Amino acid sequence: MTAAIAANLAAARFPCRARCGKQGAEQNTNGVTDMNILAKGLIKGLILTAALAIAGCTNPDRFGGDKSALGAGANGLNGGIVPGSASDPTSPAYFQATVGDRVLFAVDQSTLTPEGRAVLDGQAGWLMSNTAYTAIIEGHADEQGTREYNIALGARRATAVQDYIISRGVSGGRLKTISYGKERPIEVCSEESCYSRNRRAVTVLAAGLGS
Amino acid sequence: MRVFLLSLGLATGMVAALPAMTWAQAAGPLRIEITEGVIEPLPVAVPDFVAESPAAAKLAAELSRVVAADLTGTGLFREIPREAFISRIESFGAPVQFADWKAINAQALVTGAVSASGGQITVKFRLYDVFAGNEMGSGLQFQGTEAGWRRMAHKVADVVYARITGEGGYFDSRVVHVAEQGGKADRKKRLAIMDYDGANVQYLTDSASIVLAPRFSPTGDRILFTSYESGFPRIYVLDVASVGRRELPIPPGEMAFSPRFGPDGRTVVFSLTQGGNTDLWAMDVTGSGARRLTNAPSIETAPSFSPDGSRIVFESDRSGTQQLYVMPASGGEPQRISFGQGRYGTPVWSPRGDLVAFTKQNNGRFHIGVMRLDGSEERLLTASFLDESPTWAPNGRVIMFTRETQGAGGESSLYSVDISGRNLKRVATAGAASDPAWSPLQP
Repeated sequence: MTAAIAANLAAARFPCRARCGKQGAEQNTNGVTDMNILAKGLIKGLILTAALAIAGCTNPDRFGGDKSALGAGANGLNGGIVPGSASDPTSPAYFQATVGDRVLFAVDQSTLTPEGRAVLDGQAGWLMSNTAYTAIIEGHADEQGTREYNIALGARRATAVQDYIISRGVSGGRLKTISYGKERPIEVCSEESCYSRNRRAVTVLAAGLGS
Repeated sequence: MRVFLLSLGLATGMVAALPAMTWAQAAGPLRIEITEGVIEPLPVAVPDFVAESPAAAKLAAELSRVVAADLTGTGLFREIPREAFISRIESFGAPVQFADWKAINAQALVTGAVSASGGQITVKFRLYDVFAGNEMGSGLQFQGTEAGWRRMAHKVADVVYARITGEGGYFDSRVVHVAEQGGKADRKKRLAIMDYDGANVQYLTDSASIVLAPRFSPTGDRILFTSYESGFPRIYVLDVASVGRRELPIPPGEMAFSPRFGPDGRTVVFSLTQGGNTDLWAMDVTGSGARRLTNAPSIETAPSFSPDGSRIVFESDRSGTQQLYVMPASGGEPQRISFGQGRYGTPVWSPRGDLVAFTKQNNGRFHIGVMRLDGSEERLLTASFLDESPTWAPNGRVIMFTRETQGAGGESSLYSVDISGRNLKRVATAGAASDPAWSPLQP
């Protein structure tokens, strides 16, 4: 039952059919152990399910920014380390919530900021110690720009992140880039407060060996 | 002799600078001519077509409505309400009572007749210059399936438009675009094709993956577009008749997008991103002969061929911001053509070859504009929170584009505008829509 809920959650959260289908399948293998350990109560089960769903497609919001599910999971388990949850330093949920999965950019820029580089130092460190994961770095732009240009701009941003992580010792074979241009904003207002969060590169983990 | 003068609002000096946009004064007495002055739509009467078989009664009336809508939709014609008619057209062959049409100031009169039999229909029509008291050109007849009746109406309207303006028509054409559903953060996109006026919508893909910027082949039988269905942006070619599609094999790179056909219908020019850098490439639509056209650390995208296939206009930020450039179709040194304030993108060469349409961003506003290929005579036709992705009508007189509204509830629609900046209007679509591409006139 929890698996079914997890699948539903995953399906609801991840519109990207092709990639989620693939990663979801990989993750199910991963998730079996976790579920056996933790199926001790409905509430815990549901919390775990949420965490698994997150792990399943590696990014709880894919294009969104709502981290409430992660917070609930961490707080609800009395501080114990729950494999796969945000309290487990080897989990994608931890990568997201604690390491930080994204960096932001100035208007029409792909230069990394000092804050961005600090986040990426953490990402590189995490990837060095969690070698079972690969990552796709997604570049995004705000809506102030033409569609094609924003796709190319997002590619620059994703590549800037990729190059930096590689410079910190992570094998390039574990990293891929993609750009969504302005197609997948996480904030929908037409003001700088939203634009600044949409100009981002998000490192999305995937289980599996690099090419 | 009487020339019906209409202005499309060109700025002073523009007419002299743009001879190709000035419609030559021709021999016919009834004429819409572009010149300076106040625009006054030409009054036209389009009585219900005569049903020459009982089965055609409903179609006859509907056909005449589509013809009238095509003509008035251009902004160049005004339809005289049928309540004002004095004469009735009860027989296609009977002499026209010109005095009755003069009395209501109909300058032009379009009469027609429809017969139907076994799923086939025949449409005949005549165009009259009422005040000259004679027919303009000779009557024409179209035959086709009953299901395709709207196309025959568009063909009638195309001939009427062409005879009165001296320009090719654009009504018997289609528009492929991206049909959108859902809010900004979870937008579903699928390809849709429709008649230029929004009728006969057909969906060409499902909305499982992002699809972007479809483009017709020069004969309208195939469509290039970008899809994320493999997980990464790739270029696909779709056969309109069968709706079958295949992915174009591209050189190694993270992403391929922004494809467009050359006028030969074989060459595809597109953007390829390698190592985060986006350049222009060309290849045969069969997948062979991939070749690099630009080699710069800047973004090169949105390529569009000249109608003769010899040159390509595109956008690049090699100067620091998006600007428009023209280069030989085989590559080579690009010539910058945009020098105004702001950023210029998505250039599209007009089918006449004389102008390029573009998107301009300046001071937080977006504009659709046109300029000559040497960058002179820039004219902005629209202004809004977000206008982009212009596409040309087959006759090079009208531009369709995407307009997106502001804020959390922002939504995209298709609009069209005359290259004079007149007649801005929303195009009827089933729902939200973006990235239009106008087909050539159908055969």
